[in-house]
Amino acid sequence: MSDEATIEVRDLHKRFGQTVALDGLSFTVRPGQVTGFVGPNGAGKSTTMRVILGLDAVEQGSALIGGRPYRSLRRPLSRVGSLLDAGALHPSRSGRNHLLWLAHSQGLSARRVDQVVEQAGLQGIARRKAGGYSLGMRQRLGLAAAMLGDPPILLLDEPFNGLDPEGIVWMRGFLRELAAQGRAVFVSSHLMGELQDMADHLVVIGRGRLVADTSVAELLAAASRGLVRLRTAQPAQAATVLSEAGATVVAGGPDTLTVSGLASERVVELLGQHSVPFAEVSVHRASLEDAYMELTREAVEFRAAAAQEAPR
Amino acid sequence: MSETPAPYRSELPAGRDGFAQLLRAEWTKLHTVRGWMVALVAAGLLIVLMAAVATFHQQTSVQAGPDSPVVAAHPFVPHGPSGEAVTDSFYFVHQALVGDGSITVRVSSLTGDIAQTYNSHSTSQGEQLASTRPGLVPWAKAGLIVKQGTTQGSPYAALMVTGSHGVRLQYNYTHDIAGSPGAVSAASPRWLRLSRSGDLLTGSESSDGRHWTRVGSARLAGLSETVQAGLFVTSPATRPSTQAFSSPSGSSASAVFDHVGLEGQWSKRAWSGVAVGAGTVTPTLTSGSYQQSGGIFAVSGSGDIAPAVDVGSTPADTLAGLFVGLIVVIVLGALFMTAEYRRGLIRTTLAASPRRGRVLAAKVLVLSSVTFAVGLVATTIAVPLGEHLLRVNGNYLYPVGVLSEVRVVAGTAALLALAAILALALGTVLRRSAGAIVAVIAAIVLPNVLVITAALPLAASQWLLRLTPAAGLAIQQTLTAYPQVDYAYSPARGYFPLAPWAGFAVLCAYAALALGLAVVLLRRRDA
Repeated sequence: MSDEATIEVRDLHKRFGQTVALDGLSFTVRPGQVTGFVGPNGAGKSTTMRVILGLDAVEQGSALIGGRPYRSLRRPLSRVGSLLDAGALHPSRSGRNHLLWLAHSQGLSARRVDQVVEQAGLQGIARRKAGGYSLGMRQRLGLAAAMLGDPPILLLDEPFNGLDPEGIVWMRGFLRELAAQGRAVFVSSHLMGELQDMADHLVVIGRGRLVADTSVAELLAAASRGLVRLRTAQPAQAATVLSEAGATVVAGGPDTLTVSGLASERVVELLGQHSVPFAEVSVHRASLEDAYMELTREAVEFRAAAAQEAPR
Repeated sequence: MSETPAPYRSELPAGRDGFAQLLRAEWTKLHTVRGWMVALVAAGLLIVLMAAVATFHQQTSVQAGPDSPVVAAHPFVPHGPSGEAVTDSFYFVHQALVGDGSITVRVSSLTGDIAQTYNSHSTSQGEQLASTRPGLVPWAKAGLIVKQGTTQGSPYAALMVTGSHGVRLQYNYTHDIAGSPGAVSAASPRWLRLSRSGDLLTGSESSDGRHWTRVGSARLAGLSETVQAGLFVTSPATRPSTQAFSSPSGSSASAVFDHVGLEGQWSKRAWSGVAVGAGTVTPTLTSGSYQQSGGIFAVSGSGDIAPAVDVGSTPADTLAGLFVGLIVVIVLGALFMTAEYRRGLIRTTLAASPRRGRVLAAKVLVLSSVTFAVGLVATTIAVPLGEHLLRVNGNYLYPVGVLSEVRVVAGTAALLALAAILALALGTVLRRSAGAIVAVIAAIVLPNVLVITAALPLAASQWLLRLTPAAGLAIQQTLTAYPQVDYAYSPARGYFPLAPWAGFAVLCAYAALALGLAVVLLRRRDA
């Protein structure tokens, strides 16, 4: 029996007219961790989320919540909380009333509304018309709406959009806390940097296909492997020495080289033997951003080429 | 990174997501947008306000004599046995009949005059007579009549020859039975016989006075023992039916009767002539007269014995604000759905309530209940208020039964609800406010504006009110069109081509069709 708080996506295929949006996408979102859902704009992230929520139909495949399709769930907001578009508000309705109708649809009380208003830090503005909210306030309101049913699964599309740095820190902490409570938190972003220090697991897609389904720790280790950073006042001389020893050397700045194919200890040894002065030798630690760029380069290049061939 | 914790279990009390919860959610959505509620209340107030404005300027006044003060009043309109407004003016050559009996007569001539210039009630008779041409209007009538008395509006049965509708048996103003067709002349006279047996009156006709054909019979409930019976002639004013708002012009008819035969207990006194209802509503050319020479009677008269037309106002006349109300609820109905599409709110709605048909049902129920309630409050105030003002201003109101009055009041509120439903359904289908609003206004409001302003030929108006959702306005109809009265029965005057509930059913069918399409598309399409 599937876990109540698991999203299982299997072999999704969907096209919009001629455009293939999802092309055999499969992955699993598990409870107790933040799963980042990453891909360039147009990769199919929002479509996948809509499919999971039973809003869009697919030609093939299934998306199941705890083993059942979303559209068959009773009181769905207490199973899955979602934030697809922070702008999905009626501008003349107050934030609190927006939450109130949602609560009423699930038989939840106005007291619960006040709880999530407080949780999302919206006390000051909840009774104002939503039309006057900043994007950051709307994201908080959307999060409050997702939290209404106190669900074990949260599904958030680009929740960091429009947040100020303080808001980003708050959102990260909030989502980490939710995962720590044992909830499955599924967060999409087109910027890998936003997920740094927050996501435990990553689902990376491009052109509607799965590019990677991996833990963040593994991904970083893979991307960092074998790279050594060298700072030296004589980069040309250092490059010659290291190349002769069989390393690949790339200039990273006026006095910085990135070396691959040699361990850091061997680099220090060789430079010493040839009396090349150096200021620092360090094992390069790839950022999540670097790892992501590496993963999606292929997809991005394809898109750029396609765009050039057939300009719209 | 870290140890995976146990899956989350909420401690929130379990809610419910039944239809009642969905209704409450949609009601919350509706009433928390202040602009929508303001518009609805404003629409209700406008309906009431328009009732006052539309009726305030409509004044009728009469002056009893040159020196009398002008007072707000209308000419006397008699009411028939079942309470309807009638015209009852004719020349009557009569005597009393007690109990059962019959009268037989031969009609050998029916001719007439038609006024050539329009005249109004106040024009003197001399003027009218100066400008006539010979001619017989189709519903000129001459024949036998048995009537409760000479009071206008009293029960009667009459067997007659007509200008161009052949022999007819008519009774109690609204009933009309056809006999044989054909005009009357010296060469082809017509024999008529009207027999009374209790409250049953039977008419027969013959071309030779020997072979009789029964035309029909009429039961006049509660007919008194003594009745007035005899010969009558009348001729209704003609209304050029092509010109919707032209005034009627009077006509008169003259008939020659002979071979008068009486059976039963007649008063045996000499015949006496009386112009029943002289100088009342219908323009008349002459008050009428008769001459008797031997057994031959020459009788002339003017007027009609029939349901009255064009004499008063109806409850619908107080609801001029309906169009504004319709436009408001159409806009509201469309926005109630399209506002969700415009901003992607529909996804929030359908994620909270994935059963889409139920979402639409809840929206329809909430929207229609609210628009009906607001409409009902408005019309319940507007109709009696408007009627009161019309009466105070001297206007005649057609008698309308309580049930019909309730039908107009509640039916108009239902029209508002149905228009809102249609707009909601179309908004769901089109997912755009502008398209849905324009389409529904074009379907419901536009045909009515064209019809009311008489911008279209009558036939085109009537087809519009049969085929478009605007047919629903027939629910406001309280007048009945009678074929035995020549009149331009146009929707602008309150006569609809469909019966009230038939027209209403047309609108309901449109709403149901649009809703069906909306449900199918809402279920099938990506949100």
